[in-house]
Amino acid sequence: MIDIGLGHYLTLGAVIFSIGVIGIFLNRKNIIVILMSIELILLSVNINLVAFSIYLGDLAGQVFTLFILTVAAAEAAIGLAIIVVYFRNSGTIRVEQIDKLKG
Amino acid sequence: MIAHAIFFYTFSIIAVVSAIMVTASKNTVHSVFFLILDFISISCLFIMIGAEFLGMIMLIVYVGAVAVLFLFVVMMLNVAQQKNQWFAGEQSSRHIPVGLIISTLIFFEIIIVIGGWKYKPEIFDINNSIAQISISNTHSLGQILYTDYIHVFQISGMILLVAMVGAIVLTFRQRSGVKRQSYIKQISRERAEGVEVLEVQSNKGVKIDD
Repeated sequence: MIDIGLGHYLTLGAVIFSIGVIGIFLNRKNIIVILMSIELILLSVNINLVAFSIYLGDLAGQVFTLFILTVAAAEAAIGLAIIVVYFRNSGTIRVEQIDKLKG
Repeated sequence: MIAHAIFFYTFSIIAVVSAIMVTASKNTVHSVFFLILDFISISCLFIMIGAEFLGMIMLIVYVGAVAVLFLFVVMMLNVAQQKNQWFAGEQSSRHIPVGLIISTLIFFEIIIVIGGWKYKPEIFDINNSIAQISISNTHSLGQILYTDYIHVFQISGMILLVAMVGAIVLTFRQRSGVKRQSYIKQISRERAEGVEVLEVQSNKGVKIDD
């Protein structure tokens, strides 16, 4: 308990991942919170990669964390741009009102 | 070791609570602020575990750019009037048990994987090669990032460029009725269409635009 090891960081990553998945499922407000949940999931993946990289002594995990960071930033920019365009066209970003595709 | 434990539990509790508040808070602006708090505490964990460069990059990229972008979009789109409905309507409450079941399943699957990992403690004996290296984390990361991973690095730069172009193309809007400068028109203007010599009759005057 007092000796912090790899398992603690992996458990923290698992908890944050699950909270992100809950956020995607339970969210009824707007898409922006869903994007933020996706950011949480990517953050938990980063925690796992950095923890393994430190405890196994291999720097490849940190390099890949850097690339995940890059892709997450690009994804956030594109997603927010799509949300802005959608709001301009339809006037709402509520999740339950976005049903034009009838899915 | 005790300080390590104290800092780990402090930052991880802050991270988990703020992650819960990101999904549960009624106001979207508060969600963004809790997301910023989450990123800050996780980057503190990174710095504490020994990945200083990634912790700092996390602060710069996420708190400085991504979270501010989220905040900007939340404030630009007027979502304030829809902030009071939390799990509104009975159509949405149907998803709550499904989401809870799926996320608890995922959580326990990951925990089982971690437990299976911990059954092999001899795997940890190969570690601690980072701690013996005398150069810093940033130095060693730079040494392999610009040599072994140079192609991936440049491809990630291309991803950022494509994302920038895509975001601009998506949100760019040409407004009608706004006067713009057209360089082609200005440069290709000839004397014949710009200047006109008129014979002005006395006591008549000239109408310029007709």
